[in-house]
Order: sequence, then structure tokens, then C-alpha cells
Amino acid sequence: MCLALPVQVMELLPDNMAKVTLDGVLKVISIALVEDVTPGDYLILHVGYALAKLDTEEAERTLALIREATLGGPA
Amino acid sequence: MKYIDEYRDAKLAKDIARQIAAAVDPARSYHFMEFCGGHTYAIARYGLEDLLPANVQMIHGPGCPVCVLPIGRIDAAIALAMRPEITLCTYGDLMRVPCSNGSSLLKARSAGADIRMVYSTLDSLSIAEAEPNRQVVFFAIGFETTTPPTALALRFAIAKDLPNFSIFSNHVLTPAAIQSILENSDARTLGNIKIDGLLGPAHVSTVIGTQAFEVLAEEFDTPIVVAGFEPLDVIYSILMLVRQVNDGIHKVENQYIRAVTNLGSEKAKREVANVFELRDSFEWRGLGAMPHSALGLRPKYAKYDAEKRFDMVTPAAQDNPACECGAILRGVKKPSDCKLFDKVCTPDSPMGSCMVSSEGACAAHWIYGRFRGPGKADESSRTTA
Repeated sequence: MCLALPVQVMELLPDNMAKVTLDGVLKVISIALVEDVTPGDYLILHVGYALAKLDTEEAERTLALIREATLGGPA
Repeated sequence: MKYIDEYRDAKLAKDIARQIAAAVDPARSYHFMEFCGGHTYAIARYGLEDLLPANVQMIHGPGCPVCVLPIGRIDAAIALAMRPEITLCTYGDLMRVPCSNGSSLLKARSAGADIRMVYSTLDSLSIAEAEPNRQVVFFAIGFETTTPPTALALRFAIAKDLPNFSIFSNHVLTPAAIQSILENSDARTLGNIKIDGLLGPAHVSTVIGTQAFEVLAEEFDTPIVVAGFEPLDVIYSILMLVRQVNDGIHKVENQYIRAVTNLGSEKAKREVANVFELRDSFEWRGLGAMPHSALGLRPKYAKYDAEKRFDMVTPAAQDNPACECGAILRGVKKPSDCKLFDKVCTPDSPMGSCMVSSEGACAAHWIYGRFRGPGKADESSRTTA
């Protein structure tokens, strides 16, 4: 029910809609709930609406943090 | 898939598990509740509990909207859908939830009701637009993630001048449910088990932000880590909780920084505030009636409010007395404690709501956990309050 997935914006459409790709699957969704969307952005898609933008820098930072946390730990 | 696969790295997950094992105090136990069904699903699917030390236990919380909806609300929706002029639209998860008299939305549809499964509120608007002679009711359900799409649907219906569209609102609020669990002594101690920390909701928090949980962490001295739904997110968040417990602190931390901010989405919150207001009280399955825990349409939108427009009545309905969904939703019992589990109750023929949605504790355990060996989860001494 709360399943939401990262999708990438391919094209902006009229009426706050956008064409997005989900690992190659194309879908038209509403972007009325998020601001300043541009093609190439990653969005969190839930029940046909983008809920939020995915911050790609923070995504990398999370992975770096996780990798860092595992360095030097017990084998 | 980008921004998913990277967070499913098994080696990294095991490395984090070793960090958790090194960090835990062997002299104490750690009981963490994952509120969201999405976390329950991830924990079951990736076997994360097997990676945790024996003194770190996960308790499955009530964060699955299908699971916490009392069957009286589905009974009411079915009664409405049986009216010849009504088309009832809803998300697929609700279709198979068992309700009174052995019925469900799926069975009501077989009996002639016009009930349609939609992926999005946009689909229900399209139906209302295409079929102006039908009264199209959207059976709205969900936490803070699905509420903004419902609010927007109402705005679009007004803009498109669709007088035949209305909403049966069953939207509920995460912080209210967390508060209920933490302040209820029975639920908080869960028999012999105390909640030491919470995995906070991921996508709910994209809307309401981490700040929505700050007062709860403070008031109940309980650490809360807002965690993403991928396995690395979940297990790393458990490490963050362990560290907070060890350090004797209780604050809200944000592990899901790639999608969640402190304030959440101002735009989504604005849309919701425009359309909805707090209900005085709302019945939750397993948690009972809770004040200010759900949203109804504001009076100015009364003509789009299916409950008012069609004089809907929510009958008092009893769950199957043998079904333990209520106790499981409160974390008091595990799915395998229910005598119906894997006997008469399976995902193909669910007796209770927790077996319906893939995010329900019973369905997740049935699909991914029931053949696990006699691991530590089965050895836990979780008892009934």
C-alpha cells in the first residue's frame, strides 16, 4: 500500500503531468505535489503521484556513510 | 534499478550486522518496533532478523493502512456499492479484506456491485468523467502518503466540474497511532517487552517531515529513526537505534535523507489542509478508537463527502474472534501465535486483514518467514499482556 519507487523524469507534460521511466517502463504521473521538476530528476512515485524529489547527492552520501560505518569493524 | 539495487548489497548488510553485534550490550535486550508495513515487508523478505544478534528483537507495528481499517468501514462501503447508481473505486489492497458475513469487496463485486480497482485517484476521476450518469465514490484509505493524492483528486473534480464524484475518507494519521502505542502501558510493555526505539515511516515522512515525530521522541523518551525501505536502510537504521539506546539519548534521526527533510512537503501539507480536517475520533482495528487520529472532509466540501451525501452508516462489526490481527497489530503477538495462521488463514484465503496486504505482518511472515528454522525469532519470549 505504501509502496513507492524512485522513477526518472523523461518529459514534462501539460497540467502538471510528466512522463517517467521505471527501469525502462514508461508511465505518466502527476507532479502536482512537487516543485521545480526538470527532466532527469528522480522522483518518489506513489499511487500515480510524485511525493518528493529524490536527492541524488544525499543518496550517494547515505551509501558512503554506510560503507564508512562498516570499515574497521570486526571481521 | 537505480537508487534501489545499491541499497540491497548483501555484503554491506552483513557488515552492518557485525557492527550491530559489536555495538550491543550483551547484558541487555533491545526491542524495536518498525511502524510501517513497508519495513515489515523488507525485514521478512530479506531475512534481516536472522542477521541481528539474539538480544535485538523487531516488533511489527500497525503501519499498514489496510490492516488497521476496521471491517465496519468496509461493510459500509459494500452497502453503498450495492446501490444501483453507485460505482465504488478503491486500491487493490482492499479488495480481498474479509469483512462481515464472509464478504469482501471482491465478493460484493461478484454479487453485482460496481466496484472497480484503481491504481490512482486520477483513474477514479477519469471514470467519473467518462460516466457522468454514475455516482463515482472513491473509497480513500491510507496514511499521509495517500492523503495528498486524495486531496488533489477533490480539487481536480471541482476544477473539472464533476458533480458525480465523491470521497469516502478513511485517511489516518501516523503520529497519532505511534502516540497511542507509546502511551498505552499495555502496548508499550507488550507483555514482558518494552519498546526501546522505533523505525519511523519512510514515505509518510516525505510528506510530514521528521519534525512530526520530535515531540513523540521527547515525550516518551524513545529514539525514532526515520528509515528507508530497502534492506540496507533498515539494518543501518537499527544500528542507529542501538547507538541511541547505548548512549541514553532519544531523538529523531533521519536515515532516509535522500527523500525526507525536516519539514516534509509544504505543498502536499497545504493541499491536505485545504481539503481535510481532524475527526474527533476514529476507530482503528487493534488499537480501538483514538482521538484526532483520522481525517474527514471539511464541511465546505460536504457535497463531495460520500458519508454525508449518501447518509452512510458505519455498522459496529466484530472481527472473527479466533483472528489475532488485533494483538498482532499491537505487537503483542507474532503471526505464528495465531491458531488460524497457515491453517485456514493464508494469502489465498485470508481470514484477517494482516494476511491480505503484502505489508501485513502475517502475509510477510507467511511468504518469507514460515519455513525459517527454529531461529531466534521463534525462541523469543514474547508474551501476551
